[in-house]
Amino acid sequence: MNETVKNTLLFAVVGGLILLTGFMQSWNAALLILNMGLISAIMALGVNLQWGFAGLFNIGVMGFVALGGLAAVLVSMPPTSEAWAAGGTGIILGLLLGAATVAAAVILHKRMRPGAVRVMVLLAVVVIGFFVYRAVLDPSVAAIEKVDPATTGYLGGLGLPVVLAWPIGGLLAAGAAWLIGKTALGLRSDYLAIATLGIAEIIIAVLKNEDWLSRGVKNVVGIPRPLPYEIDLQNDPAFVERAAGLGMDPVMASTLYVKLGYAVLFLIVLVVLMWMAQKALHSPWGRMMRAIRDNEVAAEAMGKDVTRRHLQVFVLGSAICGIAGAMMTTLDGQLTPGSYQPLRFTFLVWVMVIVGGSGNNFGSVLGAMLIWFLWVQVEPMGVFLLELVTSGMSDGAFKSHLLESAAHMRLFTMGLVLILVLRFSPRGLIPEK
Amino acid sequence: MDFLNAIVALTNYVVIPAMSYGSQLALGALGVTLVYGILRFSNFAHGDTMAFGAMVTILVTWLMQSVGINLGPLPTALLALPFGILGCVALVLVTDRLVYRFYREQKAKPVILVIVSMGVMFIMNGLVRFIIGPDDQRFSDGARFIISARDFKSMTGLNEGLAIKTSQGLTVVTAVVVVAVLFWFLNRTRTGKSMRAYSDNEDLALLSGINPERVVVYTWLIVAALATVAGVLYGLDKSFKPFTYFQLLLPIFASAIVGGLGSPLGAIAGGFIIAFSEVTITYAWKKVAVYLLPERFEPDGLVQLLSTDYKLAVSFVILLIVLLFRPTGIFRGKAL
Repeated sequence: MNETVKNTLLFAVVGGLILLTGFMQSWNAALLILNMGLISAIMALGVNLQWGFAGLFNIGVMGFVALGGLAAVLVSMPPTSEAWAAGGTGIILGLLLGAATVAAAVILHKRMRPGAVRVMVLLAVVVIGFFVYRAVLDPSVAAIEKVDPATTGYLGGLGLPVVLAWPIGGLLAAGAAWLIGKTALGLRSDYLAIATLGIAEIIIAVLKNEDWLSRGVKNVVGIPRPLPYEIDLQNDPAFVERAAGLGMDPVMASTLYVKLGYAVLFLIVLVVLMWMAQKALHSPWGRMMRAIRDNEVAAEAMGKDVTRRHLQVFVLGSAICGIAGAMMTTLDGQLTPGSYQPLRFTFLVWVMVIVGGSGNNFGSVLGAMLIWFLWVQVEPMGVFLLELVTSGMSDGAFKSHLLESAAHMRLFTMGLVLILVLRFSPRGLIPEK
Repeated sequence: MDFLNAIVALTNYVVIPAMSYGSQLALGALGVTLVYGILRFSNFAHGDTMAFGAMVTILVTWLMQSVGINLGPLPTALLALPFGILGCVALVLVTDRLVYRFYREQKAKPVILVIVSMGVMFIMNGLVRFIIGPDDQRFSDGARFIISARDFKSMTGLNEGLAIKTSQGLTVVTAVVVVAVLFWFLNRTRTGKSMRAYSDNEDLALLSGINPERVVVYTWLIVAALATVAGVLYGLDKSFKPFTYFQLLLPIFASAIVGGLGSPLGAIAGGFIIAFSEVTITYAWKKVAVYLLPERFEPDGLVQLLSTDYKLAVSFVILLIVLLFRPTGIFRGKAL
């Protein structure tokens, strides 16, 4: 069996699993899996670019995904003009002062001679800068958060179409990645891992606490959609007529219509990114990346600027994760900073890439769809399994505990899948050529 | 008098919490550093190993509480601790046999082992949630305070109270004992010396007849014990919740790296540096300032540098500064 046939079969199996969900559970469930699977595939492409192409160990995926989500809010929500009037200038001034402090510290660090004097001056700049920044920012923040806290209490967005947020989410993530890469790249791989893990947690902490920016844990709900609302479709006589023509009731038809619409949008983005990633992989640039990954010293000896290439690929991969994050927030229609968890948004994506086959774009997409399917379906399967196991037992605390615990089977299963793949098929389902 | 009050307030809100948190971090970081020194990879499953050890201890504690065994003023968990350590030892030894040994024999790259440890992290996390559930669990009993704030006030006549929780006192004492035993073991016993030799230079250690598998087993024994002690102390002091143990990973790694990965002394120093900076930077200094400053200068705000939710950011920034300016850490890590 040659490779193409095998790979097509693998994709067909995953497609079949999703179809099976449609037949056995509901088409809504199947489309939900498909949509999140497509988004996960984009995240996996981003991680594959960093790890598969270049061997960069980034476990801060969650942070970039969350930044993409923030972009969806900042682009599409209507601006809160009162809040802008109350503290908009203060916020902008404060942020500029903060940035100026950091820039001044970096420039001083570069220009001054090393020694005790430099340390003292740097400390003075940072400390004074911090207090000035807080003094300017804090009153504005308080003023903004006082503006109708139940519904707004934040600056709001630009009120632009939400699809624009996707590329902007990518840009936002890319900007953050550039800053992080400038400082943390060049560290040893496990240090880079810890650094990115930390940054992701900090980004989430900022989203949770800076209410003026993202409403924090109060969440931003009702993000505008690129597609019509189900209720509007149901009230549209033309749509109801067409649904009836297909023999479906309008409620069902409208939910499926919207989900399918998302699936088409996501698929377009995925295909475009996939095409770019494939082009990159087979270009001289891609070969150079792999050369750097396989032997940094040799690549450097050939005159390749390893640090700059690393920075480049780190920014690109993070941007893709940011795009996926913006898409996900669009799909959810809300930004809930409390829901970002590293196990789900960082480590699960890693499982996808490794199971699919790191270094192979098709592998990453396949791994993402498969693992996402498992992630969703392991829970009902676990419940079913435990019901089977416990069916002979008498009712009691132990039995109900087992049944309640079924939900936690998914973490266990993901770990098991990861370890088994690493042990018995370390190159993944579709290995790198 | 004001000055004394300020000192008491500072001790109560900053020094004591930071001391106990620092001891917990130090114990955790020691485990990470030992794995790094001997097995040569960053163990991402360490937080969940701590959670597993603590979980076994909690289960045994509940069992003991239900049959009426207790330690009087001390928490019952101390009695259950050896069982927790045994459970944790069993878990890590099985994990090593089934998972890590294969890669050791293959001489796999450290980064592969890190990814493998991510898988182990998932499994352990799943196990813990499966057995005890994802919720908060309380298991401390015995006396709550060594000195309560009210007693302290009536004793000294100061305005400010000083409270020392049993768990805090216990944490510091246990940490001192554990660290002393560990250093005695590493420096004085044959096995400890062979571990240091193996960490220092694998080839030379092999040449002089040290059995690497034995060294690895001993390392896991110590790591499991340290992780369980750290996990139980943290659980007694705050509360047990599987997810918080996963989140401890960052400050623990920060402590180990700041001190110098592979250096036990560094791990302890790192733990206290991280803990003290976290607490001092997120503490609202108003109370202390009110006592020390003349009335005219009294601050209006809380005088808090960062809100407590940014604790993680503090350990992270320290980590980053150390990585950028002194990548080997304060104590020049790498070898035990």
